[in-house]
Amino acid sequence: MHPREIDWVIMGVYFVFVLGVGYALRRQVKTSTDYFLSGRSIPAWVAGLAFLSANLGAQEVIGMAASGAKYGMATSHFYWVGAVPAMVFLGVFMMPFYYGSQARSVPEYLKLRFDEKTRGLNAISFATMTVFSSGISMYAMGLLLNLLLGWDFDTSVWLSAAVVLIYILLGGLTSAIYNEVLQFFLIVFGFAPLVFLGLKDLGGWQGLSARLTHVATAQGFAPQAWSSTWSQMGDPTSNPMGVEWFGVAMGLGFVLSFGYWCTDFLVVQRAMAAHSMSAARRTPLIAAVPKMLFPFLVIVPGMIAIASTQHTGASGFVLPHKPDGTLNYDLSIPMMLSHYFPHGMLGLGLTALLASFMSGMAGNVTAFNTVWTYDIYQAYINRGASDHHYLNMGRVATVFGIGLSVAAAYVANHFNNIMDMLQLLFAFVNAPLFATFLLGMFWKRATGHGAFAGLLCGTAAAALHHGLTLPRGSVAGIKGGWLALLHAYPSEMAQNFWTAIWAFTVCLVVTIAVSLITRPRAENDLVGLVYSLTPRLRETDRAWYARPAVLGAGVLAATLLLNLIFW
Amino acid sequence: MGLDIRIPLGVMFTILGLLLTGFGFFSDPVIYQRSLGIDINLWWGLALLLFGALMLCLGWRAAGGRTH
Repeated sequence: MHPREIDWVIMGVYFVFVLGVGYALRRQVKTSTDYFLSGRSIPAWVAGLAFLSANLGAQEVIGMAASGAKYGMATSHFYWVGAVPAMVFLGVFMMPFYYGSQARSVPEYLKLRFDEKTRGLNAISFATMTVFSSGISMYAMGLLLNLLLGWDFDTSVWLSAAVVLIYILLGGLTSAIYNEVLQFFLIVFGFAPLVFLGLKDLGGWQGLSARLTHVATAQGFAPQAWSSTWSQMGDPTSNPMGVEWFGVAMGLGFVLSFGYWCTDFLVVQRAMAAHSMSAARRTPLIAAVPKMLFPFLVIVPGMIAIASTQHTGASGFVLPHKPDGTLNYDLSIPMMLSHYFPHGMLGLGLTALLASFMSGMAGNVTAFNTVWTYDIYQAYINRGASDHHYLNMGRVATVFGIGLSVAAAYVANHFNNIMDMLQLLFAFVNAPLFATFLLGMFWKRATGHGAFAGLLCGTAAAALHHGLTLPRGSVAGIKGGWLALLHAYPSEMAQNFWTAIWAFTVCLVVTIAVSLITRPRAENDLVGLVYSLTPRLRETDRAWYARPAVLGAGVLAATLLLNLIFW
Repeated sequence: MGLDIRIPLGVMFTILGLLLTGFGFFSDPVIYQRSLGIDINLWWGLALLLFGALMLCLGWRAAGGRTH
């Protein structure tokens, strides 16, 4: 169903507000700190919602619904195990060092804590990665808008790039953060009625679960495989993800999750923009509350889609097939939007999708322009220029970054395998990162040489592990096994989790070993950067229940409860 | 902060709410077959209106508190 006048009007209202927010903020940008860190002035709840939204690009929304259809309720491991605990750790334990050290970016923290080469390595790989991720998501958007709105690929890519460019040029990070807040509410209001209608169509949660038992048994799994999270994780062959509890807890829950949420500047930047230390610490904790409820908004639609395809409800929704005959899980949410929503609501649903595409892109662009300007340009190209010069450089980097993303979108459109290889490479680079930060923040003896060697060896270990293993049933090549075949994993996901575990462990061991034989930095230089040398924060300006440790414990307890309810 | 995000948020959702409620009120009921017979535009439009009004109230109250 293509949109009609009313739908276009609703999408138009959104575009007017997105650009209007950028326009209204243009006079507030006077210094580079205003542009890159919102002048450190954002209230905690705004930073918190932006923290969540920056990660909630459309690829995440579409991908999580697809996984909901493919794997069922166990997909919520990516939220309840793979996100919330790490967000709590960031707020309670790590934010004091990021915010307290006055670092303007994550790579800059590495420079303060370790040395120039560790920062350089992290900055360059991060900058490259953000530009390409934004290009890949732009490419996905081009394909989807073509299907839903009938726009051609060029129009979709250039139009969304132009909108994002304008509002970031005008208002910098504040613009991006404000628009992420708009997007957060659009996603909630756009998708909640979809879940309501889908569930009603299938006869509520019970109707959904009953159909999911057919989905599970038809594929040879136990009846509850699609509606439980942990009960089938004892053995990788008994759940559709093909993973076991240890891989989930260690690989996803510890290494990958902490590596992303605690070190990725895309999200950490939002907390760094908060107006005070206390607000910065509460940012990820506030974000964790909606995060733990998001499975009901983005995973359940996928479960509804597959359940309905297996055994339709009254309205007869079924998932479309791909040209090769398999079900097209990626279309769960888009197809449900056009199946259940009448004109009017359809406009709101499409706006929510568009919003998530654009703020995902904006998140990447604002992280890129900051790291480029502070950690690459100011560090290596032009050291002593005026603040005004760096502000202008940030604007140039915004144009340049969006240009590169558009180029990457076209490359992805023509050479899909290049993008697959790049994503694989980024996964190798990211895998060991958390070990470096963990040792950096909590072990004062860790040295710059140790960190640098650890990162290189961790990345090499990830590549080596990938080259020596293969998911069962795959051909050697991009999926792994390109060196030799030592071990076959039950699934690609299990292989990913174990690649991360190996990379983390090697990085940890090498960093410790090299640190012990190199000269440590003077303890005076590490005050405010390392846990044992930094005075404990006394949060007395807030009521006891609003203190980070209490909020964090509450969030963890609620998440544990969700795990138990959907065991 | 020069601009309180609750104001644009409130105005945008009020406008979207008015659009949906109005369209839901005047549109042909036939189009609601796909939403299981529920005039989802009307009801969800009212929800958006309520949210928009709430955001505007909070934003205005904060602005009032600052000037006094």
